[in-house]
Amino acid sequence: MGAARVGVVTFPGTLDDQDAARAVRHAGAEAVPLWHADRDLRGVDAVFLPGGFSYGDYLRCGAISRFAPLMEELIPAAQAGLPVLGTCNGFQILCEAHLLPGALTRNEGLHYVCRDQAIRVENAKTAWTGDFAAGQRITLPVKHGEGRYVADPGTIAALEAEGRVVFRYLDGNPNGSVNDIAGIANEAGNVVGLMPHPEHAVEDLTGAPGVDGRGFFTSILKRFVNL
Amino acid sequence: MARVIVDVMLKPEILDPQGQAIARALPRLGFAGVAQVRQGKRFEVELDGPADEAALADVRKMAETLLANTVIEDYAVRVED
Repeated sequence: MGAARVGVVTFPGTLDDQDAARAVRHAGAEAVPLWHADRDLRGVDAVFLPGGFSYGDYLRCGAISRFAPLMEELIPAAQAGLPVLGTCNGFQILCEAHLLPGALTRNEGLHYVCRDQAIRVENAKTAWTGDFAAGQRITLPVKHGEGRYVADPGTIAALEAEGRVVFRYLDGNPNGSVNDIAGIANEAGNVVGLMPHPEHAVEDLTGAPGVDGRGFFTSILKRFVNL
Repeated sequence: MARVIVDVMLKPEILDPQGQAIARALPRLGFAGVAQVRQGKRFEVELDGPADEAALADVRKMAETLLANTVIEDYAVRVED
């Protein structure tokens, strides 16, 4: 079997696609560039939706990206089980696309927050967290102005009851999200979104808080080996 | 030609920190008696034809699909006189 192929999507205004592709390669997989205007997933085994300001965050973060030609392919594929990870703007796009419930709104304190953030891995059974231990504390960079996760009380209760709150902020919530939620998964666990950035924390050299982000990429690769 | 206005507002239960910041600024500028401010968006949709029931149904569909995120926002459609 050849190396797993992980697609990295670029929209106009995406910022973190190069770091994401580098993190994919660092983990030993092939990073496959996916272009927003192409109706083609190029046969990838998983997809990484990186952060940035796709379409300038016009209207709402992720609102325009959600209708990009590539998304017309990605949405049904994700619903059919393709592993998809969205970070930051990628998380916002997954919510706008209704692949994940709820929405991400303006930070409670109105400030753009850029810092190293401790989070707890609450669910180590998703496609993207299998290499972590449930309850594990990790540190990743956050950098966002609109990361306050909200959903109606019924949705929050269901997420909590079903273990679909995958990550929770520790030592201070950067944006005022409900229940300190930093990331969630869909019912099947193949689609995961979070505000922090694993792709920025895979190498010591680059000054990230550490290499805790590697676990996301090793998790998805192990999943393919085990399939 | 007709102009249809779509107002999009955060649902009442969704925190609006921008509106709160505006409300806090008003007393500093000498405006008293403001209990609350909520910030929203206004879209002006110019139609090629008249704003008949079919056109309005289309605008409502636009609002539902793109202009508003109904998870967190409400919208109202009206024809401008």
